Amino acid sequence: MALDRWIALILLGVCLTYGYAAWFTMDGSLPPFMQRNPIWPSTFPKVLSVLGAVACVIILLGLEKSEVKEADIDYRRLGEYHLGQAISLLVLMVVYALCLRPVGFLIATSSFLILGSFILGERKWHIMLPVAFIATGAVWYLVQEVLGIYMRPLPGLFGG
Amino acid sequence: MLEGLLIGLQTAFSIQNLLMVIAGCLIGTFIGMLPGLGPMSIIAIMIPVAISMGDPSAALILLAGVYYGAIFGGSTSSILLNAPGVAGTVASSFDGYPMARQGKAGKALTIAAIASFAGGTLGAVLLMIFAPALSSVALLFHSAEYFALMVVGLSAIAAFAGSGQVAKAIIMTTLGLIMATVGEGALFNLPRFTMGIMDLQSGFGFITLAMAMFALPEALFLVLKPKDLKGDDGEIKDLRVTKDEAKAIAPVIGRQSVQGFFIGVLPGAGATIASFLGYAVERNIAPKEEQEEFGKGSIKGLAAPESANNAACTGSFVPLLTLGIPGSGTTAILLGALIALNVTPGPRLMIDEPQIFWAVIMSMFIGNLVLLILNLPLIPYIAKVLAVPRNYLIPFILFFTLMGAYIGQNNATELLILVGFGVCATALKFADYPLAPLLIGFILGGMMEDNFARSMQLYDGIAFIWERPMTLGLLVIAALLVLLPSYRARRARARAAGVADGD
Repeated sequence: MALDRWIALILLGVCLTYGYAAWFTMDGSLPPFMQRNPIWPSTFPKVLSVLGAVACVIILLGLEKSEVKEADIDYRRLGEYHLGQAISLLVLMVVYALCLRPVGFLIATSSFLILGSFILGERKWHIMLPVAFIATGAVWYLVQEVLGIYMRPLPGLFGG
Repeated sequence: MLEGLLIGLQTAFSIQNLLMVIAGCLIGTFIGMLPGLGPMSIIAIMIPVAISMGDPSAALILLAGVYYGAIFGGSTSSILLNAPGVAGTVASSFDGYPMARQGKAGKALTIAAIASFAGGTLGAVLLMIFAPALSSVALLFHSAEYFALMVVGLSAIAAFAGSGQVAKAIIMTTLGLIMATVGEGALFNLPRFTMGIMDLQSGFGFITLAMAMFALPEALFLVLKPKDLKGDDGEIKDLRVTKDEAKAIAPVIGRQSVQGFFIGVLPGAGATIASFLGYAVERNIAPKEEQEEFGKGSIKGLAAPESANNAACTGSFVPLLTLGIPGSGTTAILLGALIALNVTPGPRLMIDEPQIFWAVIMSMFIGNLVLLILNLPLIPYIAKVLAVPRNYLIPFILFFTLMGAYIGQNNATELLILVGFGVCATALKFADYPLAPLLIGFILGGMMEDNFARSMQLYDGIAFIWERPMTLGLLVIAALLVLLPSYRARRARARAAGVADGD
């Protein structure tokens, strides 16, 4: 089964779960005065769940033949691309998201930029470090001073 | 109209807004030049900046400047490197790159700049004529018609997604609509589908979703498969165009600006379709001996897609500004930004806030002029941005994506949602699911449900569908739009694939 049909299967599951929530779980708790209303909070979702499920089934059963296009990246040969780098960058992003608050913007961002280029294979430390520090400082200044959005610059330890 | 023009001039010529146009065009050109980053990603990245400015005219002017700057920048990398930065400029590389190989890079860039300028300016004139007319018609619309119109828009987007893709596009649209129902709606004041998670109470963040759908997958694709960025490092010189050449391309530019504009107005079509169609039309109507030259460095073949894609960008503002319905991913993002700034685009926009409407149109003229003046002499220097090593570029793109989502909500959970959705979007992109319909569905979802609910309440049921002829007509058109392509695809399987993604 090709990837697009696997995805259709997953999305069918999403639509069915959503549909279950809309058809069976929402109406019971509706206050009586709202039941008089011709439209309920669940009306629109009910329609959507049916529509989505039908479209998923069409893809899943292959009723609509799609032409095989020359894709930019062939997922069947994913290993031939720089998969490791992509995954490490995603992990780095998650770590950044978790660290942004506790570690503070300046440290988190400059390490993100340095590690990001390191993952991509850059080893020229004399360029990497200044670029990362200057960019971090500049962005922090712009966001904090120009746009006026507060971002904790230093670790919470220092009362930032 | 004259009054409106003057209001627009007054707003657009303030120092701040002039700076916004220039900044937007420059940023757009720089980033649009980088292969793999389309106007949608750039605008998504710029939104937090635009929103925090607080002034809707300035924000829209900045974002519109970024939009056409990006299209222009995309054509520069198409011509110099054969690596289009933007899907709408793929057709420009057909003839632009051969010209650059023949040592006529300077001339090719000049023609591209002039054609873009003419396309954008003519498009803005047409916008000025058609938008007020359309919006006075739109004032007669009832919420039932709005609902039907949105259905038409969404199905047109699905229908234009190319043969064999309609079902996929419908899934993505529905998914977008489903995601829009998550959270607390204004209509019912009941949290829906939050699964008890507090962070979902206010729904998914629109910026987060835009970043996750466009910027992140594009950056990941750049990581997975580095594009070859090797051009001829030769000097770019000889920017002049001869009189004969100017005479040859003038009618092409005129035709394609008008055609491109009207294609841009259609929902779902856009700069990409406009440029391919413009190229095809010009090749077909060219004399026999000139037809041979197409693909080998014909100036007509370069001027046609360039004027068409810029005119289409302008055209796509018509449904956005008059009906409040975005026709493409890029205008959908603009719509989201406007709503965040407490402006609801639609027919009332011209009456309630004429300064926004006219300032945007005026800034289009200024923006096109800025692009022409600024970029012609600067092209050789701007092209140097292509030499930025990707080892530095990609971390920065990822960082700006994260920052955009963070600044919007000031919430680190949003970043995790961003990464999660970004991975899903990349998988969807692998499987050739179009992503723009999802975002458009997400943005239209709330409005669509509101209008649907309003007409349901007015007619006490779904009787409004057959009691209002216009609603019924629009819904029939929507059904035809979805059904016809699949029917035709069944009859003619061998038809060439359409291109409709990425603008």
